Amino acid sequence: MSTAAAGRRWRRPPVLIKNRRTRWLVYGGLVIYLALAISTVEVNWLRVYEGLDRGWRFVQGFLAPDFVSRWKDISQGLAESLSMTVTSTVVGVLLAVPVGIGAARNVAPMPIYLFCRAIIALSRTFQEVIIAIFFVAMFGFGPFAGFLTLAFGTIGFMAKLLAEDIEDIDEAQAEAVRATGASFPQLINYGIQPQVMPRLIGLSLYRLDINFRESAVIGIVGAGGIGATLNTAIDRYEYDSAGAILLLIILIVMAAEYSSSHVRGWVQ
Amino acid sequence: MPVRQLDGRPVWQRRTTRRQWAIWAGWFAGVVLFVWCWELMTSRTIWAFVWDAPRQAADIGSRMLPPRWSYIDKLLWPLWDTLNIATLGTLLGIIIAVPVAFLAARNTTPSALFLRPVALFIIVASRSINSLIWALLLVSMIGPGLLAGIIAIGLRSIGFVGKLLYEAIEEIDESQVEAVRATGASGAQVLDYGIVPQILPAFAGISVFRWDINIRESTILGLVGAGGIGLQLQASLNTLAWPQVTMILLLVLGTVLVSEWVSAKVRHAVI
Repeated sequence: MSTAAAGRRWRRPPVLIKNRRTRWLVYGGLVIYLALAISTVEVNWLRVYEGLDRGWRFVQGFLAPDFVSRWKDISQGLAESLSMTVTSTVVGVLLAVPVGIGAARNVAPMPIYLFCRAIIALSRTFQEVIIAIFFVAMFGFGPFAGFLTLAFGTIGFMAKLLAEDIEDIDEAQAEAVRATGASFPQLINYGIQPQVMPRLIGLSLYRLDINFRESAVIGIVGAGGIGATLNTAIDRYEYDSAGAILLLIILIVMAAEYSSSHVRGWVQ
Repeated sequence: MPVRQLDGRPVWQRRTTRRQWAIWAGWFAGVVLFVWCWELMTSRTIWAFVWDAPRQAADIGSRMLPPRWSYIDKLLWPLWDTLNIATLGTLLGIIIAVPVAFLAARNTTPSALFLRPVALFIIVASRSINSLIWALLLVSMIGPGLLAGIIAIGLRSIGFVGKLLYEAIEEIDESQVEAVRATGASGAQVLDYGIVPQILPAFAGISVFRWDINIRESTILGLVGAGGIGLQLQASLNTLAWPQVTMILLLVLGTVLVSEWVSAKVRHAVI
C-alpha cells in the first residue's frame, strides 16, 4: 500500500445497489411500504391469544401423532393421493413430450411452436388449486378431478423444461443425424432423445414429488386424496390425526426426494 | 461388448441378453403399477359425471363471459391485502430462514451432529407442506384473517429460502473466508466480511424469486379464510357468480404477470 493511501480509512463498499440515490430511494420506498402495509393489517389479538392454546395442542398432536383412530380414512386418502400422483405424472409426461418437442424452436415450425407455447402458458398461468376448482365443477368430486388437475399442471411444467432442454442441445449431433437423410422421427430418436433423456427422467421424478405435494392440497377443494382427509381432521380440531397426516406427508416427500436423487445419480 | 452368434457369424448387440430382460421387466413392472394405480384411482369415479363434463364446461364457460368489470371496485382492497400477505410473509420467512440456513450449511453449522439435522428437518417439514395447508391449520388456530395468511406464507418460505441459501453457503469460496480469518477476525467478522458478501446476490435473487411465488400462492389463501382476494373468489364461487370469478381471475393473472416481470428484472440486475 502506498504512503498516500496510508492515511485514509478503508470503507466497506455498499452492498447490492451501487448508486447512492437509487439506494436511498429503494430503501426509503421499502420503509414507507412496510409502514403502510403493517398499519393496514387488522389483527384480532384477543382471538390470537385464545388460539395459542389450540396452537399448543397442535404442537402436542404433532409430537404425539395418532395414526390409529382414523387409520381407515388416512390410508384411503393416502392410497388415493399416491395413485393420483403416479397416474397423473405418467399421463402428464407422456402428453408433455410431444408438446415439448413442438415448443422447441429448433425442431418445430412456427405455427406448431406458437400453438405448443400457448398450451404451456395456459397450463402454467393458474395455481393448481384454481384449476382443481374448475375440474371439480366439471367432473364432480373425487380423485378423477385431481388426476386431471395434476396431469394438466405436469404438461406445462415438463413441456416448458423439455423445450428449453431441446433448444440447448448440441446441434452438431442433430446435424450429423440429419445429414444421413434421417426422417423427423429418426432425428428425434437418434439426434435429440439421447441428449435430453437423463434430464427428462430427473425432471419426471421431480415432478412426481411435486404432484404428491400438490395432491395433498387440491383435496381441500374437493379433488380427493389425503388433502380431503386432512381438511376433515382440522375441521374437527383433531390435531393428533392432523399431525399424523402431516408427518406421513413429510416422510413420503423425504423418501421420494432421497430415492429420486439416487435414481438421478444412477441415470446420469 | 455383447456379441451373439447368429448362423455362425458374430452379431453386435447393444446390451447383454440379461440386461435386455431386466429392462423389459422394469418397463413391465411400470406398466403394471400404472394400471393398478389407475384402477385404484377410478374405482369410485362416477363416469356419468365425467361424460357429462364437456356440457358442464360449455355451461360454465357461457356463464363466465362477459366478466363483470364493475366488480373491480370491490377487489382493489383485497388485492392490497394479498400483496401484503405475500410481502410480509416473505419477510417473516426470510428472517427465520437465514439463521436456519447457517445452521444447516456444513461449513458454518456450530454442531454438525445435533443442530444440523434439526435445521434440515425444519427445512424439509416446511417444504413438504403447502402454504394452503399451513393456512388451513392457522385459520383453525388463530382465526381467519390476514395474520394467518402471513404466517402461513412465512412458514412455507422458510424451507424454500433456507434450502437454496444453505446450498449457496456451502458453495462459497473458502479461500476468502480463510483470508479474513487470517487477519485475526472474530467469528462474527468472518461471517460479515468473508461469507455474507459472497452469498448476498444469491440471497437477493432467492428472496425475490420466493416473493414472486408467494404472490401466486397468496391469491388462493382466502379459499380457507386467510384473507386477501381468495376470500372474494370463495364468496363468488359459493354464490355461483361466475362473471365475478372471471374478473377475479383476470386480476390475479395481471398481478402475477407484473410480479413475474418485477422478479425477473431484479434477478437480472443482481445476478
